[in-house]
Amino acid sequence: MSLEKQVVGEVVLEVHNLSASYNRKPVLWDIDFQLTAGQLVGIVGPNGSGKTTLLRNIMGLMEADSGYVRLFGKGLNEVRDRVSYVPQRESVDWDFPVSVREVVEMGRYRPKNLLRRLKTSDQDLVDQALEKVGMLEYAARQIGQLSGGQQQRVFLARALAQDADLYLMDEPFVGVDAATEDAILKVLTELKEDGKTVVIVHHDLQTAFQYFDSMVLLNTRLVAVGPKNSVFTKENLQEAYGGRLTVLSKLSQVIASSEFPVREKGFKEKTGKGDPQDG
Amino acid sequence: MSIEALYIILTGALVAASSALLGSFLVLRKMAMLGDAISHAVLPGIVVAFLLSGQRENLSLLIGAAASGLLATFLIELLHRKARLQEDASIGISFTWLFAIGILLISTYTGQVDLDQECVLYGEIAYVPLDQISLGSWWTGPRPLLISGLLFLVSLGYIIISFKGLKLLSFNQDHARSLGVRTQVWHFSFMAMVSLVTVLAFEIVGAILIVAFLVVPAATAYLWSRSLIPMLILAVVFGVLSSVGGYYLALGLDGSIAGAMVSVAGILMAISVLIIKVLKRT
Repeated sequence: MSLEKQVVGEVVLEVHNLSASYNRKPVLWDIDFQLTAGQLVGIVGPNGSGKTTLLRNIMGLMEADSGYVRLFGKGLNEVRDRVSYVPQRESVDWDFPVSVREVVEMGRYRPKNLLRRLKTSDQDLVDQALEKVGMLEYAARQIGQLSGGQQQRVFLARALAQDADLYLMDEPFVGVDAATEDAILKVLTELKEDGKTVVIVHHDLQTAFQYFDSMVLLNTRLVAVGPKNSVFTKENLQEAYGGRLTVLSKLSQVIASSEFPVREKGFKEKTGKGDPQDG
Repeated sequence: MSIEALYIILTGALVAASSALLGSFLVLRKMAMLGDAISHAVLPGIVVAFLLSGQRENLSLLIGAAASGLLATFLIELLHRKARLQEDASIGISFTWLFAIGILLISTYTGQVDLDQECVLYGEIAYVPLDQISLGSWWTGPRPLLISGLLFLVSLGYIIISFKGLKLLSFNQDHARSLGVRTQVWHFSFMAMVSLVTVLAFEIVGAILIVAFLVVPAATAYLWSRSLIPMLILAVVFGVLSSVGGYYLALGLDGSIAGAMVSVAGILMAISVLIIKVLKRT
Protein backbone atom coordinates (compact mmCIF):
# COMPACT_ATOMS: atom_id res chain seq x y z
CA MET A 1 0.00 0.00 0.00
CA SER A 2 2.93 2.38 0.16
CA LEU A 3 4.32 4.50 -2.59
CA GLU A 4 7.85 4.72 -1.25
CA LYS A 5 8.98 1.93 -3.57
CA GLN A 6 8.12 4.01 -6.59
CA VAL A 7 9.14 7.50 -5.63
CA VAL A 8 11.37 8.22 -2.73
CA GLY A 9 10.34 11.65 -1.60
CA GLU A 10 8.87 13.84 1.03
CA VAL A 11 5.38 12.87 2.21
CA VAL A 12 3.22 15.74 0.98
CA LEU A 13 -0.24 14.51 1.87
CA GLU A 14 -1.44 12.29 4.67
CA VAL A 15 -5.06 11.40 5.17
CA HIS A 16 -5.76 9.70 8.47
CA ASN A 17 -8.91 7.68 9.17
CA LEU A 18 -11.06 10.25 7.38
CA SER A 19 -14.81 9.78 7.39
CA ALA A 20 -17.26 12.30 5.98
CA SER A 21 -20.94 12.43 5.18
CA TYR A 22 -23.58 14.49 3.39
CA ASN A 23 -26.95 14.69 5.11
CA ARG A 24 -25.92 11.89 7.45
CA LYS A 25 -25.21 9.57 4.54
CA PRO A 26 -21.58 8.41 4.64
CA VAL A 27 -19.60 9.43 1.58
CA LEU A 28 -16.13 8.63 2.82
CA TRP A 29 -15.41 5.89 5.31
CA ASP A 30 -12.14 5.52 7.19
CA ILE A 31 -9.86 6.71 4.38
CA ASP A 32 -6.20 6.40 5.25
CA PHE A 33 -3.27 6.91 2.90
CA GLN A 34 -0.27 9.07 2.17
CA LEU A 35 1.32 10.43 -0.99
CA THR A 36 4.90 11.39 -1.69
CA ALA A 37 6.22 14.30 -3.72
CA GLY A 38 6.97 14.48 -7.42
CA GLN A 39 4.18 12.46 -8.98
CA LEU A 40 0.89 12.68 -10.77
CA VAL A 41 -1.78 10.97 -8.70
CA GLY A 42 -5.25 10.09 -9.90
CA ILE A 43 -8.18 9.78 -7.53
CA VAL A 44 -10.52 7.40 -9.31
CA GLY A 45 -13.70 5.56 -8.52
CA PRO A 46 -17.29 5.27 -9.68
CA ASN A 47 -19.82 8.12 -9.53
CA GLY A 48 -20.67 9.05 -5.97
CA SER A 49 -17.64 7.26 -4.57
CA GLY A 50 -16.49 10.35 -2.66
CA LYS A 51 -13.74 11.64 -4.95
CA THR A 52 -14.78 15.29 -4.82
CA THR A 53 -15.64 14.99 -1.13
CA LEU A 54 -12.12 13.75 -0.44
CA LEU A 55 -10.63 16.78 -2.17
CA ARG A 56 -12.98 19.17 -0.38
CA ASN A 57 -12.05 17.60 2.94
CA ILE A 58 -8.36 17.93 2.24
CA MET A 59 -8.94 21.64 1.48
CA GLY A 60 -10.99 22.13 4.64
CA LEU A 61 -14.07 23.08 2.62
CA MET A 62 -16.26 20.71 4.57
CA GLU A 63 -16.12 19.27 8.02
CA ALA A 64 -15.06 15.67 8.42
CA ASP A 65 -16.95 13.43 10.82
CA SER A 66 -13.67 12.01 12.03
CA GLY A 67 -10.05 11.75 11.05
CA TYR A 68 -7.66 14.44 9.91
CA VAL A 69 -5.45 15.57 7.08
CA ARG A 70 -1.81 16.69 7.16
CA LEU A 71 -0.10 18.53 4.35
CA PHE A 72 3.69 18.63 4.32
CA GLY A 73 3.42 17.26 7.85
CA LYS A 74 1.47 20.30 9.01
CA GLY A 75 -2.07 21.57 9.33
CA LEU A 76 -3.60 23.19 6.26
CA ASN A 77 -3.53 26.73 7.66
CA GLU A 78 0.23 26.62 8.13
CA VAL A 79 0.89 25.63 4.51
CA ARG A 80 -1.89 27.36 2.54
CA ASP A 81 0.61 29.02 0.22
CA ARG A 82 2.00 25.65 -0.82
CA VAL A 83 -1.36 24.17 -1.79
CA SER A 84 -3.51 25.10 -4.76
CA TYR A 85 -7.05 23.91 -5.31
CA VAL A 86 -8.87 23.77 -8.63
CA PRO A 87 -12.62 23.15 -8.20
CA GLN A 88 -14.79 21.62 -10.92
CA ARG A 89 -15.26 23.94 -13.86
CA GLU A 90 -19.05 23.81 -13.52
CA SER A 91 -18.82 25.11 -9.96
CA VAL A 92 -18.55 28.73 -11.12
CA ASP A 93 -20.67 31.03 -13.24
CA TRP A 94 -18.79 31.52 -16.51
CA ASP A 95 -21.02 34.47 -17.40
CA PHE A 96 -19.44 36.34 -14.51
CA PRO A 97 -18.23 39.73 -15.75
CA VAL A 98 -14.48 39.25 -15.38
CA SER A 99 -11.67 38.86 -17.88
CA VAL A 100 -9.35 35.87 -18.20
CA ARG A 101 -6.57 37.92 -16.67
CA GLU A 102 -8.66 38.91 -13.66
CA VAL A 103 -9.44 35.26 -12.91
CA VAL A 104 -5.79 34.29 -13.08
CA GLU A 105 -4.91 37.28 -10.88
CA MET A 106 -7.13 35.75 -8.21
CA GLY A 107 -4.49 33.04 -7.92
CA ARG A 108 -2.26 35.73 -6.40
CA TYR A 109 -4.89 36.90 -3.89
CA ARG A 110 -4.08 36.23 -0.28
CA PRO A 111 -5.99 37.15 2.88
CA LYS A 112 -3.31 39.77 3.57
CA ASN A 113 -3.28 41.49 0.19
CA LEU A 114 -7.02 41.70 -0.46
CA LEU A 115 -7.15 45.36 0.48
CA ARG A 116 -4.09 46.25 -1.57
CA ARG A 117 -3.02 46.26 -5.19
CA LEU A 118 -1.11 43.28 -6.59
CA LYS A 119 2.63 43.75 -6.86
CA THR A 120 4.58 43.66 -10.12
CA SER A 121 6.03 40.31 -9.10
CA ASP A 122 2.46 38.99 -8.78
CA GLN A 123 1.61 40.30 -12.23
CA ASP A 124 4.70 38.56 -13.64
CA LEU A 125 3.53 35.25 -12.21
CA VAL A 126 0.11 35.86 -13.78
CA ASP A 127 1.75 36.47 -17.16
CA GLN A 128 3.85 33.33 -16.87
CA ALA A 129 0.84 31.24 -15.92
CA LEU A 130 -1.17 32.55 -18.87
CA GLU A 131 1.76 31.87 -21.17
CA LYS A 132 2.17 28.29 -19.93
CA VAL A 133 -1.40 27.36 -20.75
CA GLY A 134 -1.35 29.28 -24.03
CA MET A 135 -3.98 31.82 -22.99
CA LEU A 136 -1.91 35.02 -23.00
CA GLU A 137 -3.54 36.27 -26.18
CA TYR A 138 -6.99 35.78 -24.63
CA ALA A 139 -6.12 37.67 -21.43
CA ALA A 140 -8.56 40.51 -22.07
CA ARG A 141 -11.51 38.31 -23.06
CA GLN A 142 -14.49 37.86 -20.84
CA ILE A 143 -14.47 34.29 -19.55
CA GLY A 144 -17.94 33.61 -20.97
CA GLN A 145 -16.58 33.97 -24.50
CA LEU A 146 -14.22 31.02 -24.10
CA SER A 147 -14.72 27.40 -25.06
CA GLY A 148 -14.96 24.78 -22.33
CA GLY A 149 -11.37 23.75 -22.88
CA GLN A 150 -10.15 27.34 -22.70
CA GLN A 151 -12.10 27.88 -19.49
CA GLN A 152 -10.39 24.86 -18.01
CA ARG A 153 -7.02 26.29 -19.03
CA VAL A 154 -7.89 29.54 -17.27
CA PHE A 155 -8.56 27.56 -14.11
CA LEU A 156 -5.24 25.79 -14.54
CA ALA A 157 -3.48 29.13 -15.03
CA ARG A 158 -5.06 30.47 -11.85
CA ALA A 159 -3.66 27.44 -10.00
CA LEU A 160 -0.22 27.89 -11.58
CA ALA A 161 -0.22 31.55 -10.54
CA GLN A 162 -0.54 30.36 -6.96
CA ASP A 163 2.94 28.88 -7.38
CA ALA A 164 2.24 25.99 -5.02
CA ASP A 165 3.96 22.66 -4.34
CA LEU A 166 0.82 20.55 -4.18
CA TYR A 167 -2.01 20.92 -6.67
CA LEU A 168 -5.43 19.42 -6.07
CA MET A 169 -7.61 19.42 -9.17
CA ASP A 170 -11.19 18.29 -9.53
CA GLU A 171 -11.95 16.83 -12.98
CA PRO A 172 -9.70 19.12 -15.07
CA PHE A 173 -10.18 16.93 -18.16
CA VAL A 174 -13.96 17.07 -18.29
CA GLY A 175 -15.33 18.48 -21.53
CA VAL A 176 -11.98 19.62 -22.92
CA ASP A 177 -10.82 19.45 -26.53
CA ALA A 178 -7.72 17.57 -27.69
CA ALA A 179 -5.56 20.71 -27.76
CA THR A 180 -6.45 21.52 -24.16
CA GLU A 181 -5.86 17.96 -23.07
CA ASP A 182 -2.36 18.13 -24.51
CA ALA A 183 -1.77 21.55 -22.97
CA ILE A 184 -2.88 20.37 -19.55
CA LEU A 185 -0.79 17.19 -19.72
CA LYS A 186 2.26 19.19 -20.74
CA VAL A 187 1.84 21.55 -17.79
CA LEU A 188 1.28 18.65 -15.40
CA THR A 189 4.41 16.90 -16.61
CA GLU A 190 6.43 20.09 -16.12
CA LEU A 191 5.09 20.40 -12.60
CA LYS A 192 6.08 16.83 -11.86
CA GLU A 193 9.57 17.40 -13.24
CA ASP A 194 9.90 20.37 -10.90
CA GLY A 195 9.26 17.97 -8.02
CA LYS A 196 5.71 19.16 -7.43
CA THR A 197 2.80 16.88 -6.70
CA VAL A 198 -0.47 16.93 -8.58
CA VAL A 199 -3.53 15.08 -7.30
CA ILE A 200 -6.37 14.85 -9.78
CA VAL A 201 -9.92 13.64 -9.40
CA HIS A 202 -10.68 11.76 -12.59
CA HIS A 203 -13.64 9.61 -13.56
CA ASP A 204 -12.34 7.89 -16.69
CA LEU A 205 -10.33 4.76 -15.95
CA GLN A 206 -8.88 4.37 -19.42
CA THR A 207 -7.35 7.81 -19.61
CA ALA A 208 -6.45 7.67 -15.92
CA PHE A 209 -4.17 4.78 -16.67
CA GLN A 210 -2.39 6.80 -19.35
CA TYR A 211 -2.09 10.05 -17.41
CA PHE A 212 -1.10 9.14 -13.88
CA ASP A 213 1.77 7.47 -12.05
CA SER A 214 -0.17 6.49 -8.98
CA MET A 215 -3.79 5.98 -8.11
CA VAL A 216 -6.11 6.31 -5.19
CA LEU A 217 -9.02 3.99 -5.92
CA LEU A 218 -12.12 4.92 -3.95
CA ASN A 219 -15.57 3.62 -3.40
CA THR A 220 -16.60 5.34 -0.17
CA ARG A 221 -13.89 3.17 1.37
CA LEU A 222 -10.33 3.18 0.12
CA VAL A 223 -10.03 0.22 -2.25
CA ALA A 224 -6.37 0.58 -3.14
CA VAL A 225 -3.57 3.11 -3.32
CA GLY A 226 -0.14 2.93 -4.94
CA PRO A 227 1.56 2.73 -8.34
CA LYS A 228 -1.01 2.40 -11.09
CA ASN A 229 -0.07 -1.14 -12.07
CA SER A 230 -0.56 -2.42 -8.57
CA VAL A 231 -3.85 -0.56 -8.11
CA PHE A 232 -5.46 -1.45 -11.41
CA THR A 233 -5.81 -5.15 -10.83
CA LYS A 234 -8.93 -7.01 -11.76
CA GLU A 235 -9.75 -7.66 -8.11
CA ASN A 236 -9.41 -4.03 -7.07
CA LEU A 237 -11.46 -2.73 -9.97
CA GLN A 238 -14.10 -5.34 -9.38
CA GLU A 239 -14.29 -4.27 -5.76
CA ALA A 240 -14.59 -0.60 -6.66
CA TYR A 241 -16.93 -0.92 -9.59
CA GLY A 242 -18.95 -3.89 -8.43
CA GLY A 243 -17.99 -6.09 -11.34
CA ARG A 244 -19.29 -3.97 -14.18
CA LEU A 245 -17.43 -6.02 -16.70
CA THR A 246 -17.65 -3.63 -19.62
CA VAL A 247 -15.35 -1.30 -17.74
CA LEU A 248 -12.97 -4.06 -16.87
CA SER A 249 -12.69 -5.56 -20.28
CA LYS A 250 -12.22 -2.17 -21.93
CA LEU A 251 -9.58 -1.36 -19.40
CA SER A 252 -7.70 -4.59 -19.80
CA GLN A 253 -7.36 -3.73 -23.48
CA VAL A 254 -5.89 -0.39 -22.56
CA ILE A 255 -3.49 -1.93 -20.12
CA ALA A 256 -2.49 -4.58 -22.60
CA SER A 257 -1.72 -1.99 -25.23
CA SER A 258 -0.13 0.49 -22.88
CA GLU A 259 3.28 -0.01 -24.44
CA PHE A 260 1.79 1.77 -27.44
CA PRO A 261 0.48 5.16 -26.41
CA VAL A 262 -3.25 5.32 -26.96
CA ARG A 263 -3.75 8.44 -28.96
CA GLU A 264 -6.92 7.87 -30.89
CA LYS A 265 -9.34 10.71 -31.38
CA GLY A 266 -12.03 8.66 -29.70
CA PHE A 267 -10.41 9.09 -26.33
CA LYS A 268 -9.61 12.73 -26.68
CA GLU A 269 -13.01 13.88 -27.66
CA LYS A 270 -14.82 12.25 -24.85
CA THR A 271 -17.07 14.84 -23.32
CA GLY A 272 -16.58 13.09 -20.05
CA LYS A 273 -20.17 13.15 -18.83
CA GLY A 274 -20.54 10.19 -16.53
CA ASP A 275 -18.43 7.11 -16.23
CA PRO A 276 -17.16 5.29 -19.28
CA GLN A 277 -19.60 2.44 -18.88
CA ASP A 278 -22.44 4.89 -19.48
CA GLY A 279 -21.30 5.84 -22.95
CA MET B 1 -37.94 72.36 -11.67
CA SER B 2 -38.73 73.28 -8.11
CA ILE B 3 -36.17 72.85 -5.39
CA GLU B 4 -38.51 70.32 -3.75
CA ALA B 5 -38.49 68.20 -6.89
CA LEU B 6 -34.71 68.37 -7.02
CA TYR B 7 -34.46 67.27 -3.40
CA ILE B 8 -36.75 64.30 -4.01
CA ILE B 9 -35.01 63.20 -7.19
CA LEU B 10 -31.56 63.61 -5.70
CA THR B 11 -32.46 61.66 -2.57
CA GLY B 12 -33.99 58.87 -4.64
CA ALA B 13 -30.97 58.83 -6.94
CA LEU B 14 -28.49 58.59 -4.08
CA VAL B 15 -30.40 55.75 -2.44
CA ALA B 16 -30.77 53.97 -5.77
CA ALA B 17 -27.06 54.38 -6.50
CA SER B 18 -26.03 53.01 -3.11
CA SER B 19 -28.42 50.08 -3.53
CA ALA B 20 -27.15 49.44 -7.04
CA LEU B 21 -23.51 49.20 -5.89
CA LEU B 22 -24.24 46.63 -3.20
CA GLY B 23 -27.02 44.98 -5.17
CA SER B 24 -24.58 44.23 -7.99
CA PHE B 25 -22.72 41.89 -5.70
CA LEU B 26 -25.97 40.39 -4.43
CA VAL B 27 -26.87 39.60 -8.03
CA LEU B 28 -23.42 38.23 -8.83
CA ARG B 29 -23.44 36.08 -5.73
CA LYS B 30 -26.89 34.80 -6.70
CA MET B 31 -28.18 36.13 -3.43
CA ALA B 32 -30.81 38.55 -4.65
CA MET B 33 -33.30 36.95 -2.30
CA LEU B 34 -30.97 37.65 0.58
CA GLY B 35 -31.54 41.34 -0.12
CA ASP B 36 -35.24 40.65 0.11
CA ALA B 37 -34.68 38.83 3.37
CA ILE B 38 -32.60 41.59 4.92
CA SER B 39 -35.03 44.29 3.86
CA HIS B 40 -37.84 42.57 5.71
CA ALA B 41 -35.78 41.39 8.63
CA VAL B 42 -34.64 44.88 9.61
CA LEU B 43 -38.20 45.76 10.59
CA PRO B 44 -38.23 44.37 14.17
CA GLY B 45 -34.88 46.06 14.83
CA ILE B 46 -36.26 49.38 13.68
CA VAL B 47 -39.40 49.03 15.75
CA VAL B 48 -37.54 47.99 18.88
CA ALA B 49 -35.04 50.82 18.48
CA PHE B 50 -37.94 53.20 17.90
CA LEU B 51 -39.81 52.00 20.97
CA LEU B 52 -36.70 52.28 23.13
CA SER B 53 -35.60 55.69 21.93
CA GLY B 54 -39.11 56.97 21.42
CA GLN B 55 -38.26 59.03 18.39
CA ARG B 56 -37.47 58.71 14.75
CA GLU B 57 -33.90 59.67 15.38
CA ASN B 58 -31.67 57.95 12.90
CA LEU B 59 -28.73 56.62 14.81
CA SER B 60 -30.68 54.31 17.09
CA LEU B 61 -32.88 53.13 14.22
CA LEU B 62 -29.73 52.44 12.29
CA ILE B 63 -28.19 50.38 15.04
CA GLY B 64 -31.42 48.49 15.59
CA ALA B 65 -31.84 47.74 11.92
CA ALA B 66 -28.25 46.73 11.39
CA ALA B 67 -28.52 44.45 14.42
CA SER B 68 -31.62 42.69 13.18
CA GLY B 69 -30.24 42.53 9.64
CA LEU B 70 -27.19 40.74 10.97
CA LEU B 71 -29.41 38.59 13.17
CA ALA B 72 -31.24 37.50 10.02
CA THR B 73 -27.96 36.72 8.26
CA PHE B 74 -26.84 34.75 11.27
CA LEU B 75 -30.18 32.92 11.53
CA ILE B 76 -30.04 31.97 7.86
CA GLU B 77 -26.50 30.61 8.22
CA LEU B 78 -27.48 28.76 11.39
CA LEU B 79 -30.51 27.07 9.84
CA HIS B 80 -28.56 26.27 6.70
CA ARG B 81 -25.40 24.93 8.27
CA LYS B 82 -26.43 23.52 11.62
CA ALA B 83 -30.01 22.45 11.01
CA ARG B 84 -29.01 21.44 7.46
CA LEU B 85 -32.00 23.06 5.82
CA GLN B 86 -31.68 24.17 2.22
CA GLU B 87 -30.50 27.76 1.87
CA ASP B 88 -33.72 28.99 0.24
CA ALA B 89 -35.80 27.41 2.98
CA SER B 90 -33.57 29.01 5.62
CA ILE B 91 -34.00 32.41 3.99
CA GLY B 92 -37.75 31.98 3.68
CA ILE B 93 -38.13 31.06 7.32
CA SER B 94 -35.80 33.68 8.80
CA PHE B 95 -37.07 36.80 7.11
CA THR B 96 -40.78 36.11 7.22
CA TRP B 97 -40.50 35.31 10.91
CA LEU B 98 -38.55 38.45 11.75
CA PHE B 99 -40.83 40.55 9.57
CA ALA B 100 -43.86 39.06 11.32
CA ILE B 101 -42.42 40.04 14.69
CA GLY B 102 -41.92 43.56 13.36
CA ILE B 103 -45.50 43.78 12.14
CA LEU B 104 -46.74 42.41 15.44
CA LEU B 105 -44.75 45.02 17.36
CA ILE B 106 -46.00 47.87 15.19
CA SER B 107 -49.63 46.82 15.45
CA THR B 108 -49.38 46.30 19.19
CA TYR B 109 -47.77 49.64 19.95
CA THR B 110 -49.27 51.57 17.13
CA GLY B 111 -51.26 53.81 19.50
CA GLN B 112 -48.18 54.84 21.40
CA VAL B 113 -45.76 55.57 18.62
CA ASP B 114 -45.87 57.48 15.41
CA LEU B 115 -44.77 54.73 13.06
CA ASP B 116 -47.42 53.44 10.77
CA GLN B 117 -47.32 50.27 8.72
CA GLU B 118 -48.04 52.06 5.46
CA CYS B 119 -44.96 54.21 5.83
CA VAL B 120 -42.80 51.24 6.82
CA LEU B 121 -43.95 49.14 3.91
CA TYR B 122 -44.13 51.72 1.18
CA GLY B 123 -42.03 54.65 2.38
CA GLU B 124 -42.81 58.22 1.58
CA ILE B 125 -40.26 59.98 -0.51
CA ALA B 126 -42.63 62.89 -1.16
CA TYR B 127 -42.08 64.07 2.43
CA VAL B 128 -38.34 64.38 1.91
CA PRO B 129 -38.33 68.20 1.52
CA LEU B 130 -40.35 68.68 4.72
CA ASP B 131 -37.77 67.19 7.04
CA GLN B 132 -35.24 70.02 7.18
CA ILE B 133 -31.93 70.05 8.96
CA SER B 134 -29.28 72.73 9.34
CA LEU B 135 -25.58 72.10 9.51
CA GLY B 136 -24.44 75.22 11.28
CA SER B 137 -24.89 78.16 8.98
CA TRP B 138 -23.49 76.74 5.76
CA TRP B 139 -26.10 74.23 4.69
CA THR B 140 -29.80 73.87 5.29
CA GLY B 141 -31.69 71.15 3.51
CA PRO B 142 -33.65 67.96 3.87
CA ARG B 143 -32.27 65.51 6.39
CA PRO B 144 -32.96 62.47 4.14
CA LEU B 145 -30.89 64.06 1.40
CA LEU B 146 -27.95 64.51 3.72
CA ILE B 147 -28.29 60.93 4.94
CA SER B 148 -28.57 59.53 1.43
CA GLY B 149 -25.46 61.46 0.43
CA LEU B 150 -23.51 60.04 3.35
CA LEU B 151 -24.90 56.60 2.60
CA PHE B 152 -23.68 56.82 -0.97
CA LEU B 153 -20.20 57.88 0.13
CA VAL B 154 -20.01 55.04 2.66
CA SER B 155 -21.26 52.47 0.13
CA LEU B 156 -18.85 53.69 -2.52
CA GLY B 157 -15.98 53.65 -0.04
CA TYR B 158 -16.87 50.14 1.06
CA ILE B 159 -17.04 48.87 -2.52
CA ILE B 160 -13.72 50.47 -3.46
CA ILE B 161 -11.91 49.12 -0.40
CA SER B 162 -13.47 45.66 -0.58
CA PHE B 163 -13.46 45.35 -4.36
CA LYS B 164 -10.91 42.55 -4.65
CA GLY B 165 -12.38 40.59 -1.78
CA LEU B 166 -15.94 40.87 -3.07
CA LYS B 167 -14.84 39.91 -6.56
CA LEU B 168 -13.00 36.84 -5.28
CA LEU B 169 -15.87 35.82 -3.02
CA SER B 170 -18.51 36.33 -5.69
CA PHE B 171 -16.69 34.51 -8.44
CA ASN B 172 -15.63 31.41 -6.60
CA GLN B 173 -16.21 31.12 -2.88
CA ASP B 174 -14.55 27.71 -2.55
CA HIS B 175 -11.41 29.08 -4.17
CA ALA B 176 -11.45 32.03 -1.76
CA ARG B 177 -11.69 29.64 1.17
CA SER B 178 -8.91 27.48 -0.23
CA LEU B 179 -6.68 30.58 -0.20
CA GLY B 180 -7.42 30.95 3.51
CA VAL B 181 -9.70 33.96 3.07
CA ARG B 182 -12.19 34.20 5.93
CA THR B 183 -15.26 34.19 3.75
CA GLN B 184 -17.65 34.35 6.72
CA VAL B 185 -16.16 37.64 7.84
CA TRP B 186 -16.50 39.03 4.31
CA HIS B 187 -20.04 37.72 4.07
CA PHE B 188 -21.10 39.35 7.32
CA SER B 189 -19.44 42.66 6.54
CA PHE B 190 -21.22 42.70 3.21
CA MET B 191 -24.54 41.83 4.79
CA ALA B 192 -24.02 44.58 7.38
CA MET B 193 -23.65 47.04 4.50
CA VAL B 194 -26.79 45.70 2.82
CA SER B 195 -28.64 46.13 6.12
CA LEU B 196 -27.36 49.69 6.40
CA VAL B 197 -28.53 50.61 2.92
CA THR B 198 -31.83 48.90 3.50
CA VAL B 199 -32.64 50.71 6.71
CA LEU B 200 -31.70 54.12 5.37
CA ALA B 201 -33.58 53.52 2.18
CA PHE B 202 -36.59 52.14 3.96
CA GLU B 203 -37.81 55.53 5.07
CA ILE B 204 -37.67 56.67 1.50
CA VAL B 205 -38.93 53.80 -0.63
CA GLY B 206 -40.20 51.45 2.05
CA ALA B 207 -39.26 47.97 3.12
CA ILE B 208 -40.70 46.25 0.08
CA LEU B 209 -39.54 48.44 -2.77
CA ILE B 210 -35.97 48.62 -1.53
CA VAL B 211 -35.61 45.05 -2.76
CA ALA B 212 -36.26 46.31 -6.27
CA PHE B 213 -33.65 49.05 -5.85
CA LEU B 214 -31.12 46.43 -4.73
CA VAL B 215 -31.79 43.97 -7.50
CA VAL B 216 -33.33 45.51 -10.63
CA PRO B 217 -30.71 48.11 -11.69
CA ALA B 218 -27.91 45.66 -10.87
CA ALA B 219 -29.52 42.84 -12.81
CA THR B 220 -30.11 45.15 -15.78
CA ALA B 221 -26.46 46.20 -15.70
CA TYR B 222 -25.41 42.54 -15.49
CA LEU B 223 -27.15 41.90 -18.82
CA TRP B 224 -25.04 44.57 -20.51
CA SER B 225 -21.65 44.03 -18.90
CA ARG B 226 -18.56 42.03 -19.64
CA SER B 227 -16.53 43.30 -16.75
CA LEU B 228 -17.17 44.27 -13.21
CA ILE B 229 -16.39 47.97 -12.96
CA PRO B 230 -18.53 48.91 -15.99
CA MET B 231 -21.29 46.79 -14.48
CA LEU B 232 -21.15 48.74 -11.21
CA ILE B 233 -21.16 52.07 -13.05
CA LEU B 234 -24.03 51.00 -15.27
CA ALA B 235 -26.02 49.76 -12.28
CA VAL B 236 -25.64 53.19 -10.69
CA VAL B 237 -26.72 54.85 -13.95
CA PHE B 238 -29.82 52.66 -14.17
CA GLY B 239 -30.61 53.40 -10.52
CA VAL B 240 -30.33 57.15 -11.08
CA LEU B 241 -32.40 56.98 -14.28
CA SER B 242 -35.10 55.09 -12.40
CA SER B 243 -35.19 57.80 -9.77
CA VAL B 244 -35.42 60.68 -12.25
CA GLY B 245 -37.84 58.91 -14.57
CA GLY B 246 -39.93 57.68 -11.68
CA TYR B 247 -40.38 61.16 -10.28
CA TYR B 248 -41.77 62.49 -13.55
CA LEU B 249 -43.88 59.41 -14.13
CA ALA B 250 -45.44 59.87 -10.69
CA LEU B 251 -45.95 63.55 -11.41
CA GLY B 252 -47.73 62.73 -14.67
CA LEU B 253 -49.89 60.01 -13.17
CA ASP B 254 -50.29 61.77 -9.81
CA GLY B 255 -49.29 58.50 -8.14
CA SER B 256 -46.79 57.08 -5.67
CA ILE B 257 -43.26 58.29 -6.37
CA ALA B 258 -41.56 55.21 -4.95
CA GLY B 259 -43.85 52.95 -6.96
CA ALA B 260 -43.13 54.90 -10.12
CA MET B 261 -39.36 54.76 -9.55
CA VAL B 262 -39.40 50.99 -9.27
CA SER B 263 -41.75 50.72 -12.25
CA VAL B 264 -39.26 52.69 -14.33
CA ALA B 265 -36.47 50.41 -13.16
CA GLY B 266 -38.55 47.46 -14.35
CA ILE B 267 -39.23 49.14 -17.69
CA LEU B 268 -35.50 49.78 -18.19
CA MET B 269 -34.93 46.10 -17.49
CA ALA B 270 -37.57 45.04 -20.02
CA ILE B 271 -36.17 47.37 -22.68
CA SER B 272 -32.67 45.99 -22.04
CA VAL B 273 -33.85 42.42 -22.42
CA LEU B 274 -35.55 43.28 -25.71
CA ILE B 275 -32.59 45.19 -27.15
CA ILE B 276 -30.15 42.45 -26.20
CA LYS B 277 -32.42 39.82 -27.79
CA VAL B 278 -32.54 41.81 -31.01
CA LEU B 279 -28.80 42.46 -30.99
CA LYS B 280 -28.05 38.78 -30.51
CA ARG B 281 -30.27 37.81 -33.40
CA THR B 282 -28.52 40.08 -35.89
